[in-house]
Formats: sequence, C-alpha cells, structure tokens
Amino acid sequence: MAGIEGSMAHLSDSLFTTAIAIYSVAMVGFVAEYSFGRRGRIAATVPTAPAPVRELVGAGGPPLEGFASAPAGADADVAVADDSPPATGSGGRRDMADRIGWWSFAITIVGLLFHIASIAVRAIAVDAVPWSNMYEFASVAGLVGVIAFVALLWRVPQIRHLGGFILLPVILLMFLAGTVLYSKAQPLVPALQSYWLAIHVTLVSIAEGALMTSAVLTVLFLVRTHYETVTKTPGRPLGRLATFGEKLPAAATLDKVAYRVVAFSFPLYTVAIICGAIWAEAAWGRYWGWDPKETWAFIVWVIYAAYLHARATAGWKGRTAAWVNLAGFGAIMFNFLVVNIVISGLHSYAGLS
Amino acid sequence: MSASGRLPGVLSPGWRVVRRGWRTLTSMRTALILLFLLAVAAVPGSILPQRPLNSDKTTSYIASHGAWGRLLDHLGMFDVFGSAWFAAIYLLLFVSLIGCLIPRIRLHARASVRKPLPAPRNLDRLPESATFEAGDDPQHYATSARATLGRRWRVVQREEPDGVLTLSAEKGYSRETGNLIFHIALLVSLVLIAVGRLYSYQGSRIVIQGADQGFCNTVSAYDSWRPGRFAAEGKVSPAPFCIDQLSSFTATYTSSGEPTQFAADVLFRPTLDAPAVSKRITVNHPLRLEGDRVYLIGHGFAPQITVHMPDGTTRTDTTAFLPQVASTLLSEGAFKEASVPGAKQDIGISGFFAPTPADTGDGVITSVSPQVNHPILGIFVYQGDLNYNGLPQNVYSLDTSKMSQLGAANLEIGQTAKFAHGVSVTFDGWVPFASIQVSHDPTQGYLLWSALAMVLGLLCSLGIRRRRVWLRITPSREGGQPSHTVVAVGGLARSDSGNFRTEFEALLTRLRRAATPNKPLVGAGRE
Ligand code: HEM
Repeated sequence: MAGIEGSMAHLSDSLFTTAIAIYSVAMVGFVAEYSFGRRGRIAATVPTAPAPVRELVGAGGPPLEGFASAPAGADADVAVADDSPPATGSGGRRDMADRIGWWSFAITIVGLLFHIASIAVRAIAVDAVPWSNMYEFASVAGLVGVIAFVALLWRVPQIRHLGGFILLPVILLMFLAGTVLYSKAQPLVPALQSYWLAIHVTLVSIAEGALMTSAVLTVLFLVRTHYETVTKTPGRPLGRLATFGEKLPAAATLDKVAYRVVAFSFPLYTVAIICGAIWAEAAWGRYWGWDPKETWAFIVWVIYAAYLHARATAGWKGRTAAWVNLAGFGAIMFNFLVVNIVISGLHSYAGLS
Repeated sequence: MSASGRLPGVLSPGWRVVRRGWRTLTSMRTALILLFLLAVAAVPGSILPQRPLNSDKTTSYIASHGAWGRLLDHLGMFDVFGSAWFAAIYLLLFVSLIGCLIPRIRLHARASVRKPLPAPRNLDRLPESATFEAGDDPQHYATSARATLGRRWRVVQREEPDGVLTLSAEKGYSRETGNLIFHIALLVSLVLIAVGRLYSYQGSRIVIQGADQGFCNTVSAYDSWRPGRFAAEGKVSPAPFCIDQLSSFTATYTSSGEPTQFAADVLFRPTLDAPAVSKRITVNHPLRLEGDRVYLIGHGFAPQITVHMPDGTTRTDTTAFLPQVASTLLSEGAFKEASVPGAKQDIGISGFFAPTPADTGDGVITSVSPQVNHPILGIFVYQGDLNYNGLPQNVYSLDTSKMSQLGAANLEIGQTAKFAHGVSVTFDGWVPFASIQVSHDPTQGYLLWSALAMVLGLLCSLGIRRRRVWLRITPSREGGQPSHTVVAVGGLARSDSGNFRTEFEALLTRLRRAATPNKPLVGAGRE
C-alpha cells in the first residue's frame, strides 16, 4: 500500500536517523568515560542531599547507595562514606573522563530532542498516536529507555558512566526499527482507531522501555556480583568478567535501582493490560481471548510478579531474582519480535508484509 | 499458627502431613513456583494452534504431524487454557493465595492497632543513625520532634530511667493494606473471570443488507454459537432482543485504499414488543444492550444472480460469499438451487467474487482491492443432485459428488452465461453483508472494578514506604547541672523502595532544626 508520502514523513525519518547518529556519539563518549575514568564516579556534578550529617553513620550499614570506590579486595561496606567530592589529586585523566561523561550526557539530551521531534512529526504525518506498528513502537520504547535513564540519573547520579550500556540496546533497537521493522507512515485501520489503544500502547511502550533499562542494570548487577564474589576470595584471580565489574557501582545499588524501575513499570504494565482488555472488548467482543500477543503479555506480567515475589523471598533474593528479571525482559523481546513476526494473531499490527 | 500451638503432640501423623502440606502450599516459595508454572504453561498456548481460536488450523496441524500431533492433542496442547493441567495450576495458585492471605490479613489487622515498638538499646546499630545536641530539655524537645514528624508518622513516647525519653515512630501501614487489597482483588478477579466464562455465550451470524434478513437472539439464529458451560446446559436464557434489519453497511477508504471506517446501520428492538430503533454500529463501538453487546466484526459481499433452471423455472438468489483474503476481500461461496428431489435437476454454483478484479496473466482472476470497482463473479455451474440428506451442509461450498459440471464463466454485472439444458446464469449485482457477533458476559463490568482495585492496591503496595524511626532523648549533666540534651536518632527501612538514606537525612535535618541550638541550659530551665 502506498504510505502517506510527503515531506512530513520524510522529515520524521531524517530526524530519526539523526537521533541514532547522536546517540551513537554519546555512547562512544560514555564508553570512553567508563574506560578511562578511574571509577566513573561523578559526585561532583550533582550535589548530594543538603548538609548531610554523618557523624555517626554506622560503618556496618549496608552500602545501599554507596559506590564501591575501594580497591579490589576491600569490603564493599567501606563505600558508605564515599560521598565526598572526587579526589582532586588523582590526576587529569580523571577530570578528562568526567568532562567526557558530562558532554556525553549533554549529547544524549540533544539526541533525545531529535528523537522526540521525529516521533512528534510522525504523529502529525499520520494524524494519530504514532506507535501503531513495530517501527513506531520500537522507536517509542527506545525513547522511553533513554528518558528512564535520564530520570534515574536525577536520583542516582553515580550511574552516569553506565550510559553506554543503556544507549547500546536503544541504538540496536532503533537500528532494527529503521531497517528490518520499518514501515511507512500510514493511517490506522478501523479496529485501531481507539483512544484505549492510544493509552494501551503508550503505557506498554513506557513500561517496556523502562523495563529494558532495568534489564541492563540487572546484567550489570550480575557482573558486579561476580566481581564482588571473586574479590572476596583471597588469591582468586580476576577473570575478564570480574575485571569488567571493577568500575561498576556496588551490586546492592544496581539491584535496588533495577528493582525501583520494575516497581515503577509493573503498575503501568498492569494498567496497560487493562486498557488493552477494554479495547479488545470494544473491538473484538471479548476482553481476553488468549491471542498469542495477549498470552505473552500475560506471561510477561506473571514473570515480573514473580520477580517482585522473588525479591521478597529468602533464598531467591539477589542473583536468582536477577535472572527472573532477565527472563521477564526475554519474554518482552519474544513478544515483540517473535510473536509479531512469526506467530500471527489478531494483533498482527506489525506493518510488515 | 495459633491452631498449631494449641495441641502440641496430640496431632495424629495424618493431620501433621496435611498441616505441613498446607504450610508448604501457602508459602511464598510455592506461590513463586506456581507463578512460574503458570507462565510456562501459557507458552504452548501461544505457539501451537488453539482449537477455540482456530479449529481448522488445529485439525490440519494434527493431521500433518502424525503421532506427535495426536500425542499433543491428547495432552490438551491444542486447548491449553481449557486444559485440566492449566486449571490445576490456576486452582493451586488460587488456594495458595487464599491460604497466605488469611493469616496476613489477621496479622495486618493486629499490627494496625499495635503501638510502634520500643526503641532498641543501641540506636547506632541501625542501618541509619546519627546523634546531635539540643538546647531544649527532653520533654520540650520531644514535643517539637513530634510536631516535626507530623501526622504521617504514628508516634509513641516512652520514658526510660534517668529522665530519658524515647519516641518510636512508624509510617507506611497502607503499604501492606495496599498489598492485601491487590491480592484480594486478584482473587476476586479470578472468581469473576471463572463465573463469567460459565455464564457467557457468543453467537455470530451474517446479516445481508436489506429486508427479511434479520434475526432474534436465539441459539438457532446463529451460524456459530459458543456457549459457556452453564449457557450450554440451558441455564442462561439469551436476552430477548432482535436485530431486524441491516439497513445499510458502509465501508470508507482513503484515496490510497486503506480502510478508515466500517459502519453498519441496523434496526433493532431491545425487547420483543418494543418499537424498532435505528442505530449505527462501528468497529470499536458496539451496540450495548441490557446484558448483551452486538458487534460488527466483519463484512463482505453477497452477489445476486438469476438462474434459469433445467426444469424451466427461474430463480433469483442472494448469497453471502466468505472473504478469503482479508486485504482484498476476494471471496468464495456457493449458490444452491434445489429442484424436485431425485430429479437430478438441482443447480449448484460454486464461485468467487472479486471486488476489484485483476487478471494475474494466465487467465486467473484475483482481486487487488477490497473496494468494489467493476466486480467479477466467477462461477462453476453443476447440475445433478445437491445431496441434501438431512444433514446440515456447509453453505459456502458445494458437494459435487452427485453432480456434473456444465461449464464455467467470469461474469461482470449484467452479463449472462448460457449452458446446456437451457441453464443460464445472470450476475445481477451485489449487496454488502455484515458479520454480527452477540456477546454475553455477566461479570465483565464487575471485573473492571476489581481490576481497578488491583491497580490501586498495587500503587500503594509498590509506592508507599514502610519506615521506622526512633529517637532517644537523653538529658546531659555537666557538674551535676542539666546542661543540654543529646538526641540519638536511628532509622530502619522496612521495605526497600526509595532511597532511605536520603530520606533519613532529610528527616534528620528537620529534626535538628526543631531543636534549639545548644546553649548552656543554665537558667533557662530549672534553677
Ligand atoms: C498471580 C499471583 C500473584 C501476584 C501477581 C502477586 C503479586 C504481588 C506483588 C506485586 C507483591 C508486592 C511485592 C513487593 O512488595 O515488593 C506481592 C507481595 C506479596 N505476595 Fe503476591 N502475588 C501473587 C500471588 C501470591 C500468592 C499465591 C501468595 C502466597 C502464597 C503471595 C504472597 C505475597 C506476599 C507474602 C507478599 C509480600 C511481600 C513483601 O512483603 O514484599 N502472592 N505479590
């Protein structure tokens, strides 16, 4: 079918491509910060809580927000006190990395603006919410992933140097969207003309974009946990994986941030499923029909519920819960790629032919 | 818990096993495993064809996979969500949920009225703690600290020897309340879904535009009828309404051929003796009646023909053809014109309807668009015995086992094709038809409310933070004189959402600010 031709759709595509390019530059910057910065710590850019009173902070407390700046082998708990400004004496390389990190962040924001513009222009071109096919959905989910990361930086600034890990999957997703999954701007078929759909897909893409961030943090958590285990065993050499974990934030921090993102996304995902059911009731005559897409939405929901439970269950906390989180994200990807492309259902909105 | 403590040692071994089984079933670990099982069990339902969704595909899948297909069928893999093992997981989870909720509700009710716990001896052993000095006397500072904490904290003041005061403060009880509401609403939702399925029904039928094609809501009126168990047993009487007529059906397309709207204008009576009302049904906007909803779920074309029969009579017929290709609405169907039984003078016509025809090059006609533009009706004409033997026949295909072909033709509107034995067929035109579905589910409205309660509970459960803070306010003496007050603060996050450290520090700042700066108390308080 002929799509909506014209300058609007073209403009949207160019903005999209530009956003990918800008993100790629930012990613290289973040990777540089990660690689050359001693710790990647950036306490200097965002001041911590006002006038912290720390006279009697218990050294035995869990290193919740702490950042393990201690040399390999030291107990991670020491990190608690590490809220001081970055050591100035550690040389120019450190400052350089910090500056690169800051610039990468700024570049990410520019990419974000292009990305938002691309989606907005597309919305004008199709005169509807622009996430009704896989290309548009992937673009929005990627956008939310970046926004989730930027929002997290607000609260947990010490994860800035992990930007590359967030941008990498976003760039891959967008690349996939712009090539394999691409479809031209088209108006909606009648069944998709519903504001419930608009809410449904908006919430799903927000939730899934955020869950992608959570999955990335969870992978880093697993790497860091491995590092912390290795360094606790005297004499055990650091493997390649463990070396990688050296510059990551404390495992407890990563675990917590990953959890917080799920705690934010899970209710959204729940509301999204409910909106989807309301829409299905109006469009297809039943609120639930175990269509493959619905079935996988259910599977994803159940896995993340299991994740929340696992985090509250002795013996399942930590590593096991992390794998449950990744299983949930695996199910999201399965639902997005395999179900859309391979298994057809009523939801075959993919726009591929 | 309380029951187990009552009769220690008197329990019979059998009872003990039951009790242990119940404890295991209602543990969080079991819930986790059951959740996993539920997720895994749903997977084949999305990968293998499912009979309730697509029975033709299921049958052909089984046929083409031999013993493997039959084994899967035996295991219920082609109706996963109706299978016994899926129901078993669902039921176990249900029971587990009830079993874990009852004690939690009891505990939470008790905790809601209990006073916050006394301060531990060493506040500096807590995850967060700090000490500062205040210029007020203990009672005075305790009062301002309580005011600082405000109403969101539940605070209890206790006295220790030597004039030491402690404050125990807790907040975030509604986290557990929300969590319980979530799980209870989940339970209620499961019940509503199950009850809804038992009492529900779905019927669908094709209604051709024009007079005398309507129907009333009775089982026999439907081309397909999918009842829930109780509806199948006749325990649900379908609401008495009638869709009397499809007055018109309109499909709107963009200039590039994308559909933008489908609309069916119907005349209906909400009850048998009510006057007929007209109403437009569109794709996302069903007709909502008391208890039942009427949907437009599809549409197609019904070609109209005139047939000269071998027996000399003339028939006109309008029959719905089933769309075969959704994007182009290339449709297939059959006309069946019965004559005197046994005379071998029945005429059967199987054919296709191409709304916008195109020649694929080798004389085969296909359709390139769902919009109607010089349509072609392709026909294969047979004479003989239609083989009506009392069994219901598929109206869209022809049983040609006792018929012989007279010929074939592609007709445009107005064209006539002539065959042997005086038979001729004229393509007169076409009218649209709408596929109408009637759905009944008595619980879905309640289910929506229950689902909203789940969301509300979830928001409280995941958003509210459970916190405990203690203050120990100790008067300090210098040289026997009360000089100042030492305030030790310790805090504990009972749930790890949020950043407790930052929260604690913010609270600490406020608590410090509530204190008068530490000037010697001499003369201020007691003489
Ligand atoms: C489909 C089934 C279920 C879902 C979707 C579900 C969901 C949840 C969620 C989202 C939480 C909040 C976790 C948190 O506070 O971090 C939770 C907590 C909890 N659930 Fe479930 N649940 C389900 C079934 C069950 C069952 C069957 C049980 C008991 C056997 C159970 C026991 C609990 C308990 C004890 C908590 C409290 C955990 C805590 O304090 O953090 N749940 N559940």
